[in-house]
Amino acid sequence: MSEHSSQPPAPEPSTGPPDRRGFLLTTGVCGLAAAAAGVPLVGYFLGALRNRPVEWVTLGPVGKFPVNEARRETFVNPIHQPWDGMAANTACYVRYLGRDEQGQDQFWVFAVNCTHLGCPVTWSPQAGLFLCPCHGGVYYENGEHASGPPPRGLYRYVWRVRDGQLEVQAPHLPTLQDTLDKPSEVVQLGLRTRRPRSDSA
Amino acid sequence: MKRWLRAVGSWFDARLKVREVLLPVLQHPIPRAAAGPKGWFYIFGSASMTLLFLQILTGIGLALVYVPAADQAYQSLQYLNYRQPLGWFLRSVHYWSGSLMVVMVLVHMTQVFLHGAYKYPRELTWVLGVFLLLLTLGLAFSGQVLRWDADAYWGLGVGASMAGRVPVLGPAVVTLLLGGPVIGGDTLSRFFALHVFILPGLLLTVLAAHLWLVLTRGISTPPVPGEKVDPKTYDAAYERELRRGVPFLGEALRKDALFSALVVILVVVLAAVAGPKGPSGLPDPAVQGANPRPDWPFLWTFGLLSLAPPGMETFLMLVFPAFLVLGLLLVPFVSNRGERAPSRRPVAVLTVLVGGVALAVLSYAGATADWSPHMGAWSGAPVPEKVVARSAPRELAGAAVFQNKSCRDCHALEGSGGRRGPDLSGVGARLTRDQLIDQVSNGTPGGGNMPAYGKHVSPAEMDALADFLVALRPAGRPPSRTPTQ
Repeated sequence: MSEHSSQPPAPEPSTGPPDRRGFLLTTGVCGLAAAAAGVPLVGYFLGALRNRPVEWVTLGPVGKFPVNEARRETFVNPIHQPWDGMAANTACYVRYLGRDEQGQDQFWVFAVNCTHLGCPVTWSPQAGLFLCPCHGGVYYENGEHASGPPPRGLYRYVWRVRDGQLEVQAPHLPTLQDTLDKPSEVVQLGLRTRRPRSDSA
Repeated sequence: MKRWLRAVGSWFDARLKVREVLLPVLQHPIPRAAAGPKGWFYIFGSASMTLLFLQILTGIGLALVYVPAADQAYQSLQYLNYRQPLGWFLRSVHYWSGSLMVVMVLVHMTQVFLHGAYKYPRELTWVLGVFLLLLTLGLAFSGQVLRWDADAYWGLGVGASMAGRVPVLGPAVVTLLLGGPVIGGDTLSRFFALHVFILPGLLLTVLAAHLWLVLTRGISTPPVPGEKVDPKTYDAAYERELRRGVPFLGEALRKDALFSALVVILVVVLAAVAGPKGPSGLPDPAVQGANPRPDWPFLWTFGLLSLAPPGMETFLMLVFPAFLVLGLLLVPFVSNRGERAPSRRPVAVLTVLVGGVALAVLSYAGATADWSPHMGAWSGAPVPEKVVARSAPRELAGAAVFQNKSCRDCHALEGSGGRRGPDLSGVGARLTRDQLIDQVSNGTPGGGNMPAYGKHVSPAEMDALADFLVALRPAGRPPSRTPTQ
């Protein structure tokens, strides 16, 4: 204690408040470290929002679909991970409407997801209605809302006929603001690149 | 030998400082009355924590076998149920202990609320408790997803559909929630991380802070009518109370331990008798006839969303829960002082009663789900024999139309069939033939519950159906008629 008293006072190492420069430097380096580690981390989390290419799924030759009958079709969604298993299976309802005046094949392709809360609707051919098992939403054969809580009609797939085959755009999970025919402008899910509804020409 | 053990103990204690640090914590004084018979009100928090530890133990056990990959999860659950020795039991304990944990947290909260224990100076303890409740519910939902069956798959669809209603950002929220544009392996991995790392980590952190506050601010005395909380005088009075208090390590801990042990025994018995939950149907969205139902902690939301008018739905999904949480968080700031005894706080008692009844009724409604059509009734539930025993041929033809057009999926006859629409057993006495034909053809006016069947029923079928419906009336009652002027 006393042996130091005779010597001239040494510069005290960092006991008082740090000087302004030192403080800014430390803060800056810490901020840089946080950003260097944090920005890629946030980017990684937001990676789910990345753009994905539009893909088409073939549902079969046009002749396979009887006129004016809703048919349940299942396919493996190309938007899937190799480890998705059966969760990659997807179902939709296809109704062939025959040819219009220009001789073009016309279809309705509906997602099974109820527009209320996404439960799978079932087609009842006897009643001519789509029925939802969750909250009792009902849709007519053209997909329009018939009764119950759904706020709109069934979601429609984007489809085309190419080389006599019915093809649909690989679907994301449709929700009210991110439908299949008019995907959200906010998130680019790759489905933004619009193609004509039917280009059998 | 004894002396040797003591020496080893001292050696460790000199380094670990258990006697110096931990013992005083366990022996912290608590109000004398809280160690008496009224101490039985204070057992629910520690029981919730015991169940949490049981969840962690069984959860680690399950994680040793469970495969959190979408193509293997279902199989690994079947393996746990049928092959892995005691795998079924661990799954069962994890489910029942989790269920009871939700119950116990709610009971703990109700007790604290009714006894005004959240008032000054324990506001923050309550606020952290609200977060613990939310985290517990988050664990319940994410755990249901890990079951990766049809209910889990479609439950995610429901969650995504709700999130999709968020203004502007909905689609981004959905994609971030699912880990991609569809429900799949990325979604399961995401919820596995949530259930196993993120939520338990948060829960344990918040729990540590919650317990720290329980230690530093102490537990409240059992409420006495007339003894009001006044922030100005409370601290001194509580200090006096503690000076004549008793150590926690004693009667209070004994009650906690006894009750926790009973709860664990209850869990084990429930688990052994009732068995594990699921997995139910395959997680294959292409399989027809999925009829998803949420686990019981969320049945009330299922009921609420079914019974609420459509115009309110988005509000109920997105804004109402936020208000509910905000309301819970604000409780100790709105009522910070004054009476604590339930006998002097009618509003608090009424809130608990109304809230409890609402939860129970909505859960019951969610469990029975009368609004859901009975998809198999048109072929599975024949027209009761007594209804058609004396029918004319055309009425019989009408009965066939009634079944074939799936009317039965929503309309019961003699109590069997769907309940979405009214039971039509006596409809002939209520509606005239013309009214019936109008109702069937055009549905409920203004987009009500009944769809319009006009395009799907031929004139001959409609005639027969009307005959059948008019004949549906109690014995001796004449058909309904339009009043003549």
